[in-house]
Parts: sequence; structure tokens; C-alpha cells
Amino acid sequence: MQRLFIPVLILTAAMFAYSPVAIASAPYESTMLLVQKIFYYHFPAWMALTAAVTVCFVSSGIYLFKGHAWADRLGFAAAEVTVIFGMFGLVSGSVWGRKAWGVWWQWDARLTMAFLLELIFIGYLLVRKYGGPGSEKLAAAMGIFGGATAPFVYKSVDWWRTIHPKTSVMASLGETSPEMWYVVWFCTAIFLMLSGLLLAARMRLETLRAGLDRLYLAAED
Amino acid sequence: MSFDFDRVELADVSRHFGRRRAVSHVSLTLHAGDIVGLLGPNGAGKSTLIGMMATLVTPSSGTITYGGTPGVRDGASIRARIGVLAHELHLYPELSARQNLDFFARLHGMRPATVVNDALAGAGLTDRSDDAVSSFSRGMRQRLALERTLIHAPRLVLLDEPFTGLDDRAVRIVSDRLRALAAAGGIVLVATHDLDVADGLISRMAIVRSGRLLSDAAASSGLRRQYRALVEGA
Amino acid sequence: MFFRIALLVLKKDFAIELKSYEILSTTAFFAVSCVAIFSFAFVKEGQAVEDAAAGILWIAIAFAGTLALGRTFERERYGETLKALLLAPAPRPAIYLGKLLGIVMLLFATEVLLVPMVAFLFNAPLFDRPVLLLALLALGTIGYAAVGTLFAAMLVRARTRDVMLPILLYPITIPVIIAGVRGTSALLQSPPDEPMATLWIALLGFFDVVFVTLSLWTFEPLMTE
Repeated sequence: MQRLFIPVLILTAAMFAYSPVAIASAPYESTMLLVQKIFYYHFPAWMALTAAVTVCFVSSGIYLFKGHAWADRLGFAAAEVTVIFGMFGLVSGSVWGRKAWGVWWQWDARLTMAFLLELIFIGYLLVRKYGGPGSEKLAAAMGIFGGATAPFVYKSVDWWRTIHPKTSVMASLGETSPEMWYVVWFCTAIFLMLSGLLLAARMRLETLRAGLDRLYLAAED
Repeated sequence: MSFDFDRVELADVSRHFGRRRAVSHVSLTLHAGDIVGLLGPNGAGKSTLIGMMATLVTPSSGTITYGGTPGVRDGASIRARIGVLAHELHLYPELSARQNLDFFARLHGMRPATVVNDALAGAGLTDRSDDAVSSFSRGMRQRLALERTLIHAPRLVLLDEPFTGLDDRAVRIVSDRLRALAAAGGIVLVATHDLDVADGLISRMAIVRSGRLLSDAAASSGLRRQYRALVEGA
Repeated sequence: MFFRIALLVLKKDFAIELKSYEILSTTAFFAVSCVAIFSFAFVKEGQAVEDAAAGILWIAIAFAGTLALGRTFERERYGETLKALLLAPAPRPAIYLGKLLGIVMLLFATEVLLVPMVAFLFNAPLFDRPVLLLALLALGTIGYAAVGTLFAAMLVRARTRDVMLPILLYPITIPVIIAGVRGTSALLQSPPDEPMATLWIALLGFFDVVFVTLSLWTFEPLMTE
């Protein structure tokens, strides 16, 4: 884990540096023109968010039932990563919406879903900060219930409203423009690695913090 | 016969909340027949210790076993043998004395008909049994709460400051009650900072300060001096 | 054993409530106030905007629900009786179930007042499909209360419980609100859109099954400090 961090960091940085070139060289999309380029970062951000939500859900469950401290720290880190990528996705989605629908915000299914997920995980961070002693358990409950409610939010918002480009954007992209398709997955790989790096860095910070707490306790003994 | 035990063992038990250690490396064994005084100033970790023995708080490290059975396993049948009187009295002020006892008796799987009447008599509240607890004085509530704690004839009795608000006569009655419990094979733990009442009642004394167990010895006549030396002098 | 304990806790809550009707009366009054306040936002020139009745009904239920949850667990916090309940030699999820049933019944009682009132004030044909409406209300209330009871029980330990409950509860129960509002407004169309309402009822049913199971399963580890 420790040894992998630097090489992955360098690789991610290099790929990130190259990504504008790849995006620029991808063909222009006929209706969205320049704004379509946002998609190359927008979609990967959502993939990274999905990964982080899953990590938070699973590690919260592990912490609650097994009591491993590392799972608690991982859940915390994943919740922060979720909030960051959620913010990024909301902003990029909003810019996209300005071009596509003429307004900054539309109560479109996926945007709404993202907004609600963002609320849940900001709630997670709030309860960690202000929940007082024992807030780890509260946060774990939020991770589990937040993860469990996500499919329901998805389905209900979907039935409520759908004007977002269908999920099939990705599938049809593969046929109509393989070049765009490659660039999207290239960027997705970058974002997933980036979220992995953020998770690792955050985990390390929390582990150090826990170590410091242990030292304080040991000093008391 | 349901689960039972004759001793409770704490082995190197610690509990910390973040950076604050509430209980630190406490090892202690309580035997049937003991009335152990858990003495220490406020904030010494007495309540956390009681919470852990009552299975409400999980130790950060170390183990608590009940006659060899770890507390984490089979919590329900261990809880069936534990009675706790905490600082807050675990009573519903809106309900009457009888309703309170009736509820807790049923909660412990008992048929309340006779036990509730006995408990009311024990608390000296037979004639006030249908009054709401909120109309009671602190002393009356304390007596009721003690009977509530003992209603299911627990093996392990954990009492946090049981003498608060009691007059001398009531203290004597409660003390006699606890002695009878211990004589019948109960394990009684009384947490208090008040030496005057603990003197003469307890058979062993464990002194805690800042989460640490300072001494654990048979109670002797020099109790007061010992305690002073360990807690106040230090 | 399990259901006996749950019923015992429910009966105890009932006995306390019957002494004063405090939670029921304050919750019902609060729900009515909510309806009045939202009317100012959604009634224009004497006419309610489209779908307003469904939205107002469910928002009032959600807000009143938070109030009822907070008060109910304040009662258990006052004498630390929640700890006494957890000390009972019973499966701890049974305690949860008992508290959940109490909250659900309290909210049902509030809805008995609320639904006719919304129907009356907004001239909404809420009773055209009584069975579907009943299913929506019952399943929605159970789902909302299932999550709410668990979080309110956990928050008894926290100093910031009053503000934390809505912060945690609302985002998680968003699907319940969406399904409730959309399902009810499907019933309010003329003619009522029955397949649509049934779809939302199915979603609520599924939500209830998942979240009641999850709550029963996580209650024990969540309640031990």
C-alpha cells in the first residue's frame, strides 16, 4: 500500500497531464460542441463517486459488526471523497445543463439523485464532527443507511423525472464514436485512481491520528 | 435452569473515548457474597466501569467474564442476572409506582402479581402505589428504584450512588437489604464517593481515581484513613 | 418472547401517553400548523396550485414525525430509561420494534386528523380510492418511522440530538417522501391514475422491507457504546 502510493501518484499525474490532449483530440460532438468536453471529466467523477459510496457502505458495515478501527477510518475517508467528487459532478453537470437545457439547474433525475446523495454524505460528515462521543457508530449507521437508500433514491427520482441523457449514452458512444469512448474510459481510469489515492492519503492521516491518540493514552498510563 | 454465575472477572479492562481514557487497565474479580465498595471522586470512571459490567458499554480492550462466559456472548441471558441502579433512576415519572414495577417485572419475564406487591412493601410505598412517580420525593424514588433494580432477583447488583437523598433510617434499611442479598450469594457493587455510609457496609473496597484502580483490599476499620491517603493526599 | 417484549414496550408507551396525551396533541397541532403555513405558499387567488395537497400532506407528516420522534425519545432519555430497556434480558431488536410500533400508531392517529383536513381545505378527492390511499399512508409512515426510530434511539446519547435528527433522517427518507407525494397526487388526478399509484406503493413496500430488516439487524451493535 505504502510502496504503491508514489508510483500510482506519478502515473495518475502523468495521465492527468495528458488527458486535456486526449480530450482535445477527440472529435467534436455535433450538438453540444465545446461543452460536450465536460463529459470527459463529468462521467468519470460520477464513477469515482459511485466507487466511494460503495466503499463507505461496505466499510461502515464491517466497522459496525466487526468493530475494526480501520474500517471506521476507511468509511470516513470514503465519505469525504464522496462529497468531493459529488461537488465536482454537481458543478460540471450544472455547466452541462446550462448548455443543454438553457438553465443551470434542472430537476432532472440524475442531477437530483446526485444532490440527494451529496446531502446524505454531508450529513455523515456533520454527524462525525458534531455527534460527540460515540459519533463513529452514528456515522456508520449513516454510511449503511445512506448506501442502502441510494438505489431507492435512484429509482424514485427516475420515475419522478427523466430528461437526463439515458444511461445508454455510454453504450451508443461505443458504436458511434469509439474514439470518444476510449477517451471517456481513459479519464474514468484517472478519476478512479485519483479517488484511490485520496482514500489512501486520508486513511494514512486518520491512522496517524489514531496513533497519536494511542500515544496520548500511553503517556497517561 | 437459566444461566447463572458466581463471580465476575474484569481482566485488564480499558475504555477510552477518543483521547480521554475513562477506565485504564482495571483487573478486578467480584465473588458471590461480596459487597464491594467502588470508591473514588467524581469522574474517576466508576460509571463507565458499571456500564461495562452491565454490558451497556463495550471495553476498548480487555475482557469481562461472568463465571467464565464472556459478556459479549449471549448478552440477553447475562442481562437476566444483572440489576443496575444508575444515577438517573430508570423510572418513568408519568407512571405510578405500581405501573413502573409491573412493567419492569414483565420486561424481565416475570409474572408480576406477587413480586410487585412485595417490592412496593419493600420500598414502603404500598399506600402510595397508584400515585405517579413524579409526585414522589427523591428518597421515595430512590427506594422505588432500588426495588426496581432487585425485582428479578439478580445475581450481580450494580449500584451507582444508591444512598443519595435517603435519610438515616432509609440508609439503614437499604444497607440491611444489601447485606441480605450478599448473604444469599449475591454479588453487590456499590459505587459511591460518600465514605460515611460505605463504612460498615462493604466487605471489600476498590479505590479508583482517573480511571485507574489504586487499591483493592478487604475493608478494615482504617477505611477512612486509607481512602484519604490514596485519593485526597495523593 | 420477541413479540411479547415489543408489545410490552408499546403498551407502556401507550399508558404514558394516555396520562397526558401530550405527544399526540402537540404533534397533531404542529401538523395542522404546517398545513396552514404551506397553504400561504401554495394557494393563489383562492385556488391551490396543482398537486399542492399531496405535497402539503406528506411534508406535514414528515415534520410532525420528527417532532413525535424527538419527544418520544426525550421521555426515554429523561430517567435514562432507554438504558433500562436495553438492560432487559430480551433480544434488543424487540425494544426497537416496540418503539417503532408506538411511533407508527402515533403518526396514524395524526393522519386521521390530517387527511380529512387536507381533503377539506384543498377540495382534494382523497377518498375516491380509499384502499390505495390507505396503503400509501400506511407503508409510507412505516418506512419513515422505521428509519426515524433507529436514528432517534441512537441520538439519545448525543448532545446535538435535536438538530441531528432531521439532518440525518430527511435525506435517507427522501424516497418515502417522493413516493408518498407522487403516489398521492396520482390518486388526485381525474380519473385517478391507479397503475401509477400502485407502482409507488410497490416501491414503498420494498423500502419498508429493506429498512425494517436493516434496522432490526443493526440496532444491537448501534446501541452498545
